[in-house]
Formats: sequence, structure tokens, C-alpha cells
Amino acid sequence: MSLMIGIPREISAGEKRVATVPDVVEKLIKLGFKVAVESGAGDAANFSDEVYRAAGAEIIDGAAKLWAASDIVFKVRGPTAEEVGLMREGGTLVSFIWPAQNPELMQQLAAKKATVLAIDSLPRTLSRAQKMDALTSQAGVAGYRAVIEAANAFGRFFNGQITAAGKVPPAKVFIAGAGVAGLAAIGTAVSLGAIVRANDTRAEVADQVVSLGGEFVKVDYEEEGSGGGGYAKVMSEGFLQAQREMYAKQAKEVDIIITTALIPGKPAPRLITAEMVQSMKPGSVIVDMAAERGGNCELTEPGQAVVKHGVTIVGYTDLNSRLAKQSSTLYSTNLFRLAEELCKTKDGIADVNMEDDAIRGLTVIKEGNITWPPPAPKVSAAPPAAAKATAAAPAAKKGGHGKSSAPGSATSTTVTFLVAALMFWFVGANAPAAFLAHFTVFVLACFVGYMVVWNVTPALHTPLMSVTNAISSIIAIGALVQIGPEGWIRWLAVAGIALTAVNMFGGFAVTQRMLAMFRK
Amino acid sequence: MSGNLATVSYIGATILFILSLGGLSNPESSRRGNLYGMIGMTIAVLATVFGPRVTMAGIPWIIGAMVVGASVGLYAARTVQMTQMPELVALMHSLVGLAAMLVGFANYIDPAASSGLTDAEKHIHEIEIYVGILIGAVTFSGSIIAFGKLSGKIGGNPLLLPARHWLNLAGLLVVIYFGREFLHAAPGEGMTPLYVMTVIALLFGIHMVMAIGGADMPVVVSMLNSYSGWAAAATGFMLSNDLLIVTGALVGSSGAILSYIMCQAMNRNFISVIAGGFGTTSGATPVAGVQPAGEVVPISATETAELLGESKSVIIVPGYGMAVAQAQHTVYEITKYLREKGVNVRFGIHPVAGRMPGHMNVLLAEAKVPYDIVFEMDELNDDFPQTDVAIVIGANDIVNPGAQDDPNSPIAGMPVLEVWKAKTSIVMKRSMASGYAGVDNPLFYKENNRMLFGDAKKMLDEVLVALKAA
Repeated sequence: MSLMIGIPREISAGEKRVATVPDVVEKLIKLGFKVAVESGAGDAANFSDEVYRAAGAEIIDGAAKLWAASDIVFKVRGPTAEEVGLMREGGTLVSFIWPAQNPELMQQLAAKKATVLAIDSLPRTLSRAQKMDALTSQAGVAGYRAVIEAANAFGRFFNGQITAAGKVPPAKVFIAGAGVAGLAAIGTAVSLGAIVRANDTRAEVADQVVSLGGEFVKVDYEEEGSGGGGYAKVMSEGFLQAQREMYAKQAKEVDIIITTALIPGKPAPRLITAEMVQSMKPGSVIVDMAAERGGNCELTEPGQAVVKHGVTIVGYTDLNSRLAKQSSTLYSTNLFRLAEELCKTKDGIADVNMEDDAIRGLTVIKEGNITWPPPAPKVSAAPPAAAKATAAAPAAKKGGHGKSSAPGSATSTTVTFLVAALMFWFVGANAPAAFLAHFTVFVLACFVGYMVVWNVTPALHTPLMSVTNAISSIIAIGALVQIGPEGWIRWLAVAGIALTAVNMFGGFAVTQRMLAMFRK
Repeated sequence: MSGNLATVSYIGATILFILSLGGLSNPESSRRGNLYGMIGMTIAVLATVFGPRVTMAGIPWIIGAMVVGASVGLYAARTVQMTQMPELVALMHSLVGLAAMLVGFANYIDPAASSGLTDAEKHIHEIEIYVGILIGAVTFSGSIIAFGKLSGKIGGNPLLLPARHWLNLAGLLVVIYFGREFLHAAPGEGMTPLYVMTVIALLFGIHMVMAIGGADMPVVVSMLNSYSGWAAAATGFMLSNDLLIVTGALVGSSGAILSYIMCQAMNRNFISVIAGGFGTTSGATPVAGVQPAGEVVPISATETAELLGESKSVIIVPGYGMAVAQAQHTVYEITKYLREKGVNVRFGIHPVAGRMPGHMNVLLAEAKVPYDIVFEMDELNDDFPQTDVAIVIGANDIVNPGAQDDPNSPIAGMPVLEVWKAKTSIVMKRSMASGYAGVDNPLFYKENNRMLFGDAKKMLDEVLVALKAA
């Protein structure tokens, strides 16, 4: 017997999305499910009841009847207490839940013996899970819309133009936080022709920013901001200070700021102060995508667009609903992929397989038992550690040639030592004292040379050779002390001095010439 | 100036020389390092000239010789092309060797040098003279041949005499025999053994370098660098001069380290490089190697420009061919242009690229390429998979995938730049001839490889024109 998937109308104020669009209804039916849609569920996203019916869904009037008829409910926003009340005992719910923020809701759902899959709890680092990643798909839409809102509120073109009526400079856009939303915003702003800069505490996203045509602005402070699982973490005070300076500088320069900075389970970080807003050019725009969680800008009023100090501050919390059709389409595709994972047999029976890493992460309540938070998935722990190890290795090697290569086998070391000992014994037994003094100096000098030269960077091998060459013309001293009155010796010495002088002057001069060319 | 003052001046000079070599460890401090070297040398020479062992009568001679030598040296330093650096360095090594020989002979002739020595001391002193002249002579003739090979006056191929190891061994025995004769010779009769030894040493130096192939030249140049240091150290023993001993040892060990690094970079053992030529130590394996199959796809300069224009990240691998064609300036023009377009252009330098350690770095520096985009092989070898285009300019063996894939290849195990892992690799070459190792390069037959045939400078000029036109 195949299960019934129910799609109620979203009742939160301003929510225009719908959990399943008609195209996906057809696909769900092909998986063997039956689909029921509450009358008017898709109206706000421009999907009429007729279209749903044509796709094969049953249209049910009234939320109560729909909830009662459904084995599985697909929703966008987490259910209200009333909706939980309507829910069938032991039913299944798929929606955003945010279990950490909504413990009461979790209790209510558990009391209903429900099975709940929180789409926001998907283990995002699993590559297999990406097709189900609704956070990403929704953030992408929001990022796009944020740029559109900014463009709407901004009084100029985004792209630079040279027209008969004069030259128009391109708009400068600064994007704080290069997560999914930030990257989508970068891409959109770049394609509109703006000059885009972006910053993120996670240094590894710099390449992604550049790949989208943006410019990565670094905070002048060394600290790595990856907090595991692809999220950012809270940074140190020194870093925050440097970051504020950077933001203050950007605020003076750019026309549009879009902030997307969120830290999981924490209020949004305050990045843009009132003074920074004041320092912006009149007519500038700030779009605060973190408005729902308190806002990245001090002056943001969640849900509204306000003008303060001549700067329009857009704090809409419903960016996704402002692009309801697109958001709904992507979200419902995410849910369909999830349905596929739940129903691999395509017989309309959902199997919540707790052995599967992705499903295990999603499932926050299983038949009335709260299963959140899930045990740490095995995969996400390893990569950061490995990355650190590889990062550390080159750092250690930097500068020279590292340690001398493998020290060789124990036997060959022993042989070397024996030979050396024998040689030293021979020298000690036979040589006169005067020689030994020089010999001591010689051996020590060899070691000093070894220590000093071992760290030379390969780029400077040639200058090193020419300078050692110049220095080896110290042999001139040997010739100098032999300048004497007698014919033969003097001529030999004079020739020696002339030859070494070539080296001495030529060697240093050519080294100087070479080194002068090395530049950053 | 008293003897003690001269000695402390020598200590000062020694410290300055050590600081000088230390300063060369990175580009920031290198100029200061060179300056230390110059100051040290000035102190050492002045302390000697005004020291107790030089008489006033000798000073005009010294100044005369200095002026002649200095003008020749400065002229050479000013006019030398950066591509000719290896030749210049080799030539300068030969001068050190020759000077060591001359000093040795002068010291032997000079009766004052050995007066007042006990018997054992006299023997030691004679051994020192003998060894000093020996090393000096090998350095001298070896460097002259290296100079000839590097400047193209002598062919680059290894000259392999039959039974050459036996010849060397025989030479060594003769040298030892005459060493005995020399020690036991009556005063004034030691000249003959000394002459014989010198001739043998000169021949040995010639023979040794003649047997070494062109691609091994970096090892030879750094080895001769090392020898010139040992020659100075031997002279120091001969003259009981600690400054010479220390400086010689510094230079000697520095050269030895460089040779060792070069050998590492070719995955070859020092002895086998010195013993000469490829394919001699491990039998005739090249024939057994798998002949690469596939098609060589040529590309035009215009197409290369298009490819470069569309790429986001480019790695340029220069080799000796770039030096020969004097193409480094054009390479930099292209680099500058691409960097302005936001393309990430980097250079990958193999340790033995060129004919001298660090040869490529100097050429790129001459062309004003900033050194922070010039990377060592180890630093960027992992980045090739993320690279759109890898351009190989006049290099062959250092980008041969056979070194990794084909255990029968004569260069198997040599670390190479993995250009074939880039999305596209372009090899600039005059023809399909193989590199100095005489090994065919499977890279040329890879599917993602393109060949840009022609003179590197001319081709790159065309690429630049096409890039700017696009």
C-alpha cells in the first residue's frame, strides 16, 4: 500500500513558498507515492490548484483534512503548535525544524510519536547529500534576490557605461561572508556589471570568490576561521579589530554592502556599525541577509527597508518568498531527492534507514524518540585534520632543502663513523702539532660551511656560486705573501695575484649585478 | 702592522665571509651578504699587504697585478650576458685553480717557506704543496673544459674513452708513486716529479669533465666550485694560513652541498655522475624502454595565444632552451600581460634546469620576473591538476613522465615537473629531438599535449603579438 504525501498551505505570515511544485508531484507519483495538496497551497508561488490536479495530485480543502489524510507531510517552515495538533499520530514530517532553536517543537512532535526529518540538519559535507541540500538551494536564491533588492534600492546602474550622455562608473559592491548566499550574490552582482569585493573569515573561499569574478579582500590578521563542517567560527578579539578596520575602510569606498555572515547557533555577528553606515556615500544600500538572526548591521530593522543617514538598509527576512516560484521549485526538488533516498524500491513505501549517514543526520525524531543531535559523521572529522597536516608539512620545509635526505641504513652509518675514526686516528698519530691546529680549524670550517649553506634557497644557487667563487680568490693572500725580490717567484706571485684579482673583482661585481635583478 | 693585528683582521674577514654565505640564503638579505663578502675580502687583502710578510718593495708589483686583474674582472662582470653565467663561473673556477698551482710552485721554489722546519713538518709541508698543486691543476683543466662545453666550443656529448676507469686509476697510482719520489727527492730535485704530477692532474681534469654529458653540467659546475675551495684550503695548509683554510673549507663544503642537491634532483648518485655519461653504469637499458606510441599534435602561435587568453591559471616551465633562445624577456612580457588580465601565472623551476644551479632563476630575475611567482618544483608540483595551461619552454628531461612511469627509463626515479597533469600542456621545441639524456619523451605523445615547433624566442614573440591583438 503506497503512502500519501500531503502538502499543506504555509501559514506563517509572508511565507509564499510551497513545499512541492506540480512537476515534482508527477515525479513523486512515479516513485509510487500518492500526493495530496491543500487547496490554495501553491497560489502565492503561482501554482494553481488546477495545475496540481493535472499533475495527478488530490486537492483537499482545509488543513485539518489534509493533515489527517497524509502519512508524510512535506512543509517549508516548521509546523506551529496548531499544526502539530493536526498531525496524525505516528506520521512523518519533512521540513525545516532547527532543532537547536526549537526544543519545544521537538517535544511536541515527539509526543505525537512522529518521525521527523529536519532538512536543515542534513550533513552538508557528504557529497552524496548535496542534491538534498535545501539550505544551499535556498541560500543561493536569497543571495541572488539580495542583489536584486540592492539594485532596486540603488539609484544608479550596476555596470559602468560610456554613453553620449556621459560616463557612468560601475557600482562597487562589497559582500561580507562568502558562503552559498554570498557566492550567489557575488555571481549575480558581477553579471550585472558591478565591481565586486568579498571577505570571509575562512581563507579557503578566496579562490571561489576569485573564480566568480570577485576580488577577495583579506583581513590583515593571521587566523583561520573554519569551524568545521564548512561553517565559520567565532574569531578572536585581535582579528575582530582588524576586521572592523577593514570594514570601515570598505564602507567608505563602496556603494552597496551585502552581509551574509552567520555563525551556527549564535546571533549574527555585528559587522557594520552605525558610524560605518554614516561614513557611506548618500544613496548607498546595505542588504542585511542576516536580519532574521539580529542582523550584521547595527541599524537593521528586521523585515523592513529603512533609510538611515541617507543609506537604505534592507532587512527583509523573506528574500526567498520574494522569489517564491524559484525557491519552491528548488526546495521541492531537494525534497524529491530525499524521497528517492527514502524509497529506493520505488513502491511508495518510505524507509527511514538509520544506517545511512545522510538519512541519519536528517532524522531528528524517529517514531517519537528524539535522535538529535546525531553522532558525528565519520567523514567530516578527518579532512580538516588532514588538511592541517599537509599545510604544516610545506611550512616546515620552507626556506631550505629540509633535513638532509634519509640518513641511510644503520650499517652504512656505522661504516662511515669507523672510517672517519680511523682517519682521525691516523692524522693524530702521525701529524705534528702545528698541522693539527690547522686541521682543527679546517674541520670546523667545513661544518660551519655546511650549516650556513644548507639553508640557501634554490633560487640563489647561481649567486651563491659566484660569491663563493669570488671568496675563493682569497688564495690571492698566498700569492701576496710570496711577492719577493727574486725573479721567478715574483713573477709566479704576480701572475697569481692578477688571476685572483680577476676573480675577486669580477666575482663580486657579477654577484652584485645578479642580486640587483632579484625583485619581488 | 704587527702579526697579531693581521691575525685579528683575518678573524674579522672570516666572520664576514661566513655572514656573506649566510646572507645568500634568501633574496632579502642577499645583497647585504655580498657586501659582507666584499668588506671581508678588502680587510683580508689589506691586512696581508700591510702585514709583516710583505715588504714595501713588493707593493708596486701587487698594485700593478691587482689593477690588471681587476679591470679584466670588472669588464667581464659588466658585459657578461646572464645566459652566459655558467661559462663565466666555470672560467673563474679555472683561474682559482691556476692561481693555486702557481702559488704551490712558488712556495716550493721559495727556500724561505720551508726553512726552520723539522723533518716531519717538512714532509707534511711537501705533502701539502703536492696536494695543493694536484687539486689546483684538476680544477684548472676541468674548469677550462667545462667552460668549453658550456660555451659550445666543445661538443656537449660525453667523450667515453675505452677503459677510462682504468685510465683514471692508473693516473692515480702514478700520482701516488711520484708523490713518494717527491718526498724523498734531494733538495732542488723535486721539480721533476712535481711536473709529471701536474701534467697527469691536468689530463685527469680534462678527461673527467669530457666524460660528463651536458645535462649533468650543473653537477660539474658546482663540483668544480667545490674543488676551487679545496684548492684554497690546501694552499692555506701549505702556507699555515688559517684564513685560507677556513675560507677554502667554506667554499668547498658549499660547492659540495650544491653538487649533492643537484644529484638529488636528478636522482643520481654523485659517483655515477662523475664517472660519466648516461647508460654506462646500468647497461644498455634505453633500448629496452617502451617506445611511446600516439600522435604528436602541433599547435600554432595564434592558437597558443587563444588558449592562454582563456585560461585562469598558467604554469611556465623554462629550460635550457629558453636560455639559448634568449627568450626570457618575451616570456616576461607575456607573463605581465596575462597577469594584468587576472591570470594566475607562475613559474616552475626544476633544480637542474639549465646548465648551472639556479640558472633559470637568474635569467627570470634578469627579465624582471618577480621572484615570488617563481616556485621550486616541490612547491607547485601538486598544483598542475588545477592548472589550465602548462607551457614548457625548451625543457625536455625535467618534464618526462617516463621518469615516473617507466622503470626502464635511464632517468627513472628522477623527480620531474608533472606538466602532463595540467588540462593542456604546450611544449615549445625546435624539433622532435630528444634531450641530453637521449631519452624519448612520452609527454609529446600525450592526448592533452600540444607541440609548438620553432625557435622559442620567435614563437613567443608571435604568441605575444597574437595575445595583444585578441
